[in-house]
Amino acid sequence: MKGDFVNNLGRIYTVYTGGFIGFVIFLAILEQLGVSNQIIGYLFVFLTIGVYAAIGYMSRTMQVSEYYVAGRRVPAVYNGMATAADWMSAASFIAMAGGLYAQGYDGLAFVLGWTGGYVLVAVLIAPYLRKFGAYTVPDFLGSRYGGNMARTIGIIVLFACSFTYIVGQVTGVGTIASRFLGIPFEIAVFVGLVGILVCSMLGGMRAVTWTQVAQYIVLIIAYLVPLVILSMQKTGVPIPQLMYGYILQEVAQLEQTKEALAGARAHMVPFTTFNPLNYFALILCLMVGTASLPHVLMRFFTTPSVRDARKSVGWALFFIFLLYFSAPAYAAFAKLEIYSDVIGTAIATIEDVQALPDWVFIYGAIDLIKICGIGAGNAQALFDACQASGAEEVIRFTDFSINPDVIVISTPEIAGLPYVIAGLVAAGGLAAALSTADGLLLAIANALSHDIYYRMIDPQASTKRRLVVARILLVAVAILAAAVASTRPGGILALVAWAFSLAAAGLFPALVMGIWWTRTTKQGAVWGMIIGFSFTLFYLVGTRYFDMPLWFGVSNISAGLFGIPTGFLAIYIISKMTPEPSAEMQDFVRQLRIPKGGVMMEEKS
Amino acid sequence: MSSQDYTPERAERYWEKTKALMWLHLAIWFIFSFAIHFFVSPLNTITFIGFPLGFYMAAQGSLIVFVVQIFLFAYQQNKVDEEFGIAEDA
Repeated sequence: MKGDFVNNLGRIYTVYTGGFIGFVIFLAILEQLGVSNQIIGYLFVFLTIGVYAAIGYMSRTMQVSEYYVAGRRVPAVYNGMATAADWMSAASFIAMAGGLYAQGYDGLAFVLGWTGGYVLVAVLIAPYLRKFGAYTVPDFLGSRYGGNMARTIGIIVLFACSFTYIVGQVTGVGTIASRFLGIPFEIAVFVGLVGILVCSMLGGMRAVTWTQVAQYIVLIIAYLVPLVILSMQKTGVPIPQLMYGYILQEVAQLEQTKEALAGARAHMVPFTTFNPLNYFALILCLMVGTASLPHVLMRFFTTPSVRDARKSVGWALFFIFLLYFSAPAYAAFAKLEIYSDVIGTAIATIEDVQALPDWVFIYGAIDLIKICGIGAGNAQALFDACQASGAEEVIRFTDFSINPDVIVISTPEIAGLPYVIAGLVAAGGLAAALSTADGLLLAIANALSHDIYYRMIDPQASTKRRLVVARILLVAVAILAAAVASTRPGGILALVAWAFSLAAAGLFPALVMGIWWTRTTKQGAVWGMIIGFSFTLFYLVGTRYFDMPLWFGVSNISAGLFGIPTGFLAIYIISKMTPEPSAEMQDFVRQLRIPKGGVMMEEKS
Repeated sequence: MSSQDYTPERAERYWEKTKALMWLHLAIWFIFSFAIHFFVSPLNTITFIGFPLGFYMAAQGSLIVFVVQIFLFAYQQNKVDEEFGIAEDA
């Protein structure tokens, strides 16, 4: 069966994709027959989670290498899809287009930063970690820098950057589930928890891999379908990525000529949100952070060969690219719609207000769109508020505010599409959040079970015992993440952006130097990680909580700009001061550089 | 060629080639991550399929380069591996 499965991947996922499209069409027919929106929402949430759960159950395993690295049998293309789902979170799916809407050109720092890092992954890191045959990133650090010190620091950095991140994902799952199931957020979080655990608990990496592929297919269809339809409606061409240049020209035209748009920042003019230093510093931190985040790197441990690991990075970026090069189009279409149909619209009489597009009131009712200072669910309330606020004639730019998350979510309504498309978008957002949560959960739990329990506490543990411990820790981490998320920790969510700088400064120098410089010593790497990580943390905490002045005006989110070079420098200087690594260790590094000959860290059977 | 022929001298030459490839691709990466965007304002005076070129490069152009670049790198590195007889058996 296992061999069959891997050999038949193409057919299986083609049938799956067809089945999913059929399911969406079936729901569309149900909607036309008068089935209520709520039932359609339920069907979307439960059927997609049900499919993921079925894949998770079928991929259950009692083999250690299947549990940790999917048996190293994942073909490059499929690992690329799984990595793309692993990588693209609720933030990429929902919030990115909103950021681009608000920040225009400057928001592209995220588009660049979250893609270019894969070049570093392919060239500098992934093939070598694959050759080593690690189960986790700290596993490599522990072997290269002999001893538990480097391993422990690796685990601390991993935990610091992955835990806040997973809380963010669980919150995303809870938000979507609560909206579409109509249940309180605190309960929805635990529904999401079940969705996460069914994908990962029985089959570990193997199950997560095959559910992530399935989740990628759902999320990319959900992201592109509304956008393609919108492009067809507005431009007559179903390729939004090519057509939004003309849309942006219209936006620029309006920005210059429409009086009500006074105060709006020009969409295409650079450096209106960030100054150039911060723009480029952010790109650097996001890229280097991408290349250091353990849940991303560990995906490349699952390919059949070093050669496939390299190719797989290319596929991963290709699949990520499909979403990221579409996100700015969402922002452009939404902006044109808002600038032409909402801002500058007359609101002098109640009839004028009633003529506003419906979606203004749909999202106004839940406070995601505010006009004249209030989120209004009906025309009368909006009319009264605007008259009272002094905006008596038209809606001005300054009277209007929109929550960034609305850009993607509201596109089906803006395009006047049936509710089933809104449900599809929700299923896509859910897939994005679940797949990332699964990857993070495995990264954290595997570091605890493999690195702490097996490597440090009980190296004699039997296979069965290791897998039991791994699953207990997995469930424990998941429950902890859900418990933290259920308290709606706004503060923690703001910290997710820190993960990139912390990973970049804490892990990147030690990984790269360990592979590319034979002379890197244990002391050099240990101190390099400690110094790079704590220096970055110091800047982050100091500037955020203790009114420390910014250095050279570099904003908090780009703290890695100082931390990354500091980490490299510390490793270099301290390695030079300490005796060179043993002959065995130098030989280890040489082995690492030879693709041929199988993995170096073979699992005893 | 058998792996016994993989002498330290050959290993040295292999690593030199691998390093050269690494620096080449880091240079391309640097150009399309940073250098080209330093010139966003002058580039914006040129229009490309309806986009100001500077904007286009950040929104799509650099991304396309990254994707193509990684596949190219994978191909080139594999060639080097084969040349030195240390590619994995297919």
